[in-house]
Amino acid sequence: MVGKMQAGTGCFSMPFDVPPYRLSGAVYGVLLNHRSALAALGDAAARPPHGAPPVAPVLYIKPRNTLGLSGTVVRIPAGTPELEVGACLGMVIGRTACRVSEPRALDCVAGYLIVADVSVPHSDYYRPSIRFKARDGYCPLGPAVTARAAVANPDALTLRTYVDGALAQTASTADLIRPAGRLLADITEFMTLAPGDVLAMGAAAPAPRVRSGQTVTVDIDGLGRLSIPFMDDAA
Amino acid sequence: MMRARVAYAGAIHDAAPAREGRPGHEDVRLADGRVVTEDAVVWLPPFEPGTVIALGLNYADHAKELAFKAQDEPLVFLKGPGTLLGHRGVTRRPSGVKFMHYECELAVVIGRPARQVARSQALGHVAGYCIANDYAVRDYLENWYRPNLRVKNRDGGTVLGPWFVDAADVADPANLGLRTFVNGNLTQTGNTRDLIFDVPYLIEYLSAFMTLSPGDVILTGTPEGVVNVVPGDVVACEIDGLGRLVNTIAADDEFGR
Repeated sequence: MVGKMQAGTGCFSMPFDVPPYRLSGAVYGVLLNHRSALAALGDAAARPPHGAPPVAPVLYIKPRNTLGLSGTVVRIPAGTPELEVGACLGMVIGRTACRVSEPRALDCVAGYLIVADVSVPHSDYYRPSIRFKARDGYCPLGPAVTARAAVANPDALTLRTYVDGALAQTASTADLIRPAGRLLADITEFMTLAPGDVLAMGAAAPAPRVRSGQTVTVDIDGLGRLSIPFMDDAA
Repeated sequence: MMRARVAYAGAIHDAAPAREGRPGHEDVRLADGRVVTEDAVVWLPPFEPGTVIALGLNYADHAKELAFKAQDEPLVFLKGPGTLLGHRGVTRRPSGVKFMHYECELAVVIGRPARQVARSQALGHVAGYCIANDYAVRDYLENWYRPNLRVKNRDGGTVLGPWFVDAADVADPANLGLRTFVNGNLTQTGNTRDLIFDVPYLIEYLSAFMTLSPGDVILTGTPEGVVNVVPGDVVACEIDGLGRLVNTIAADDEFGR
């Protein structure tokens, strides 16, 4: 796959052979949507400062400076020994999605891609600083959009994450608390998604950790493989 | 210079105030020479926004109002493109909610890429300013990745405009009065001199970890004086030298709900 990305500039291009032909640059993600991620919090989810487990989808935004293509180096800031990589299935919106019903929700999807949500590890889920998730290049995605018609069931895909070739995590979209259609219905009740927007459906816990010099690869059944080299900021 | 983007007679136009220096008279002169009244055009956000960055609790008085302690790092959150709305737009208040409020804020628009920019150089990366009204529906607040998008990233919940004002025309962004009127009654006042983290600091802070690009916009937070608004209310946010941003609250039935 050929693609161009200049880190941090928001200039982004990726070859598509399916609609919408280009991404809008808006990438939304859902946290704690994989059963393992919520389970990892245990009783803490109901204690202060949270008080109760989440009711609505726990959403966040990966801004345009975070977008990167397969193979683009991700930088580890000084003083941070490791980063986390959350492998997610990403839905690419194909037509405006506003107040969609769960049974019809997937009609709004153009296709799917792999999204790697890179984070500086943090324990605060109450109001974490965006500097943990919004750094330049911290949202590699690709390698291309696979048309919706080519994916029989987005709620039964296996995601595999490798660190330097060794399998570090296996997860399945069958274990998402809100599957694809339900997520789109609940989110578009209050916020419209536009063609080219990406929704990352949530990563499993614990997320694999990676150090400088290592390369992470993520593959999802039928969607190809995303490769992410990590280097120290100074290197 | 003050510029707007408006839709009129089948096209989108750049527009300027028809009568400079006449606050309250927002008639516009289109680039092609036509002069039209402000209610004859559809006002769009006055520039093409990139990443929308917003600040929580960046005025000491507002932080106190919401019972927050002072922070050592700015409370930053992000917004998506779907939430943006122009001047004279309509924002839905969902039925059954108890507390929906406006937030009048100075919006800072980036003009030159900013990466690891020092505070002393920061204002050189600013293209200009506009008014933002950053609505919140507090009933939906949950204690996960606050403020959650259901509170702060709702369709039509982030109003920008009416004008984009060149940085060169804003003598001191650190001394601008802000006022909000609900149905003509003054409900909120403040001044950007009371920002906890000022504009140069915010650009230094953000650009240390994320590259800011032209069109990215920073909504710098709101002072105290946020009150509940209900369908039919007309909310007008003013900032010295930037104009007056008007917005109307509507009920579910107007949206076919």
